[in-house]
Amino acid sequence: MAMKVYGDGMSACVARVLLCLHEKETEFELVPVDLFACHHKLPSFLSMNPFGQVPVLQDDDLTLFESRAITAYIADKHKDKGTDLTRHADAKETAIVKLWSEVESHHFNPAVSAVIHQLIVVPLQGEKSPDAAIVEENLEKLGKVLDVYEERLGKTKYLAGDSYTLADLHHVPYIYYFMKTSHAGLVNDRPNVKAWWEDLCSRPAFLKVSPGLTIAPVTN
Amino acid sequence: MVVKLYGQVTAACPQRVLLCLLEKEIEFEIVHIDLDTLEQKRPEHLLRQPFGQVPAIEDGDFKLFESRAIARYYATKYSDQGTNLLGKSLEHRAIVDQWADVEVGYFNVLVHPLVMNLVIKPRLGEECDAALVEELKVKLGVVLDIYDNQLASNRFLAGDEFTMADLTHMPAMGYLMRTDINRIVKDRANMNRWWEEVTARPAWKKLMKMAGF
Repeated sequence: MAMKVYGDGMSACVARVLLCLHEKETEFELVPVDLFACHHKLPSFLSMNPFGQVPVLQDDDLTLFESRAITAYIADKHKDKGTDLTRHADAKETAIVKLWSEVESHHFNPAVSAVIHQLIVVPLQGEKSPDAAIVEENLEKLGKVLDVYEERLGKTKYLAGDSYTLADLHHVPYIYYFMKTSHAGLVNDRPNVKAWWEDLCSRPAFLKVSPGLTIAPVTN
Repeated sequence: MVVKLYGQVTAACPQRVLLCLLEKEIEFEIVHIDLDTLEQKRPEHLLRQPFGQVPAIEDGDFKLFESRAIARYYATKYSDQGTNLLGKSLEHRAIVDQWADVEVGYFNVLVHPLVMNLVIKPRLGEECDAALVEELKVKLGVVLDIYDNQLASNRFLAGDEFTMADLTHMPAMGYLMRTDINRIVKDRANMNRWWEEVTARPAWKKLMKMAGF
């Protein structure tokens, strides 16, 4: 039976999982969850993810939430097909992949998601305007993170070494949305980061997922 | 050769790694990086950890930072030694990962600023943001209700056994429990039961002794 992903392709966290499934050439079924109608807060959904968020993965009798736990599971279960996303053959290389995945989770994600939330999500909710102070503060943090990336990507083609892994993949959906804002210069002004991003968004798996990333930002 | 851990034994992220090494009965040496004098921001340490934080490890030629990546590496490398922290099957491992990721996205994101305001800022003579603390407490209460529910039908976060999912929470929880908002845990019966059980483990007791608590 094919894996089921509950969610909507416009969600960055869902897209993270879909990218992984495509890279691993794994069949799946996307079960739509209407986020605007708050179906992810209904009891039937909360029984799958008590935090009321997408994505959720079902694989036979396994139900899993947290997009990065899901990608790790898919990458491990199907380690012998598609792209090697974890460098599973060498424990040290696997650890380096995990290291840069943690960097995405702790350093990159909080800053970029705060900016995306203000510039894309808040306007959709209708009542408030983007908080310029929050955007400013997080752009500064993001800039410092991207400085570290710029140096790292001067030494290696991808974050964890010479091949594309989960460490790169996890970044893709939020960078895609970020590049649609008026702050894309943070990436474009850093030549190594820019080249890395251009590589990531030219991958066939990404070209399958990007049509679903449909939320447009309010530029300021 | 012994693992070298660069960090301060009282800091939460180095403690995450130390707790893992203790559970796995792996020998280590701590190289003290003094956070009070911002040693972690100096060029020598930035070579080990470009974000200027602790911990970082050196194990022969192998270098790593990010406490959760380090803990996972040693839990995997020494899977046959000490406590099994990763789960027994692929599916169980995924559930362990799931709750370990919950620690990052839901728990730490609230507890870190709480500890910063209630413990660290006073120590540095800075003013605590009382309004923020109130806001974070409310949000943390909602999250801990979910944990409490999970622990009503599971002995530990990912099932019947102590795993990385529990371990990864413990250092920050330790700080939280030493503040005057610890009722947020104590008043939730299942969370309280879980906390008593995980802190009774010998590895935790050793760590607390090393940290002088």
